[in-house]
Amino acid sequence: MTRLLATVAVMTALTFLTRAAPFVLFARREPPTLVAWLQSRLPPLVMCVLVADALKLVRFEAPASWLPTIAGAAAAAALHLVKRNALLSIVGATALHMALRAWLGA
Amino acid sequence: MKTDRGIGAGNGGANALAPALRATFPVLLGYTTLGLAFGLVLVDSGLPWWLSPLMAAFVFAGAAQFMGVGLLASGAGVGEIALMTLLLNARHLVYGLSMLERFAGAGRLKPYLIFGLTDETYGILSTEEPPEGVDPVRFRILVTALDQAYWFAGCTVGALAGTALPVEAEGLDFALTALFVVLLVEQILARRPREVFLVGAAASLLALILAPPRNFLLAAMGLGIAGLLATRLPRPRRNGSEPPT
Repeated sequence: MTRLLATVAVMTALTFLTRAAPFVLFARREPPTLVAWLQSRLPPLVMCVLVADALKLVRFEAPASWLPTIAGAAAAAALHLVKRNALLSIVGATALHMALRAWLGA
Repeated sequence: MKTDRGIGAGNGGANALAPALRATFPVLLGYTTLGLAFGLVLVDSGLPWWLSPLMAAFVFAGAAQFMGVGLLASGAGVGEIALMTLLLNARHLVYGLSMLERFAGAGRLKPYLIFGLTDETYGILSTEEPPEGVDPVRFRILVTALDQAYWFAGCTVGALAGTALPVEAEGLDFALTALFVVLLVEQILARRPREVFLVGAAASLLALILAPPRNFLLAAMGLGIAGLLATRLPRPRRNGSEPPT
């Protein structure tokens, strides 16, 4: 209970902090060149790492241990490249992942 | 197209609701669906249902909430969750930078606009201008509040449904992986500098080999940032393509 409330409090504070930081730091002056340089590079870097994190436990053994995750991720990317509709990509990929899991008995 | 310019900012609220509802309709579909999935995953992880509306009300960050629930369920400490929240939210720094001017006139309500600047709210506010005659501050506040209402409703209903009838949520948490893939594709389509993706892939691969799975994120982000900074260095010598260590 305490742990859950502490987690919510910390996540609330840090999320607000990251959202507010540019308004507080750069309201009156131009961001330094390093910050401006990083702002176009940090988000793609973080997304690469997060996708890798989501896929890191995949093991290429029985199909059930890799197919649902790899096929789901590929479906999300393909759907998004074609339709560029985030909801459709997420729901479609998750449905495929769950169907494959159920089918392969993962 | 209505242009009731005679009506001042005092009545702008009534004017702003219809365009705000229209602008947020895709988010209504997205947030209720994802919120529902979040509530189900949360209860399925053995966490109490009330955590779901509590997070929707105060944290209001889809990806961070999913990740927080995953970490809580795996027994991670508050410090680890704090670090991951910071890393995951680093993209918000960019959103703020491009919203400085749009939020400038919001006055007392500005903190709420900043609080509610999710990926999707940013998507709307950075592309949709309020129609003529509509108070832009009211329009932006309503867009943000509607988005949060959709998210809150989804998270609450999902958690209650998961408590009332244990739904088979096995694999539903893949929604988070799919969300990250979608965000990565968006970054690729946004034509970010290509070397960043190479650095990200190399850092991930290296961290996968070198670091234990528990410390993967920290190792990969550290290597990635070091690698990025290395691409910024001038290259005095011929062998300037060392791995990012």
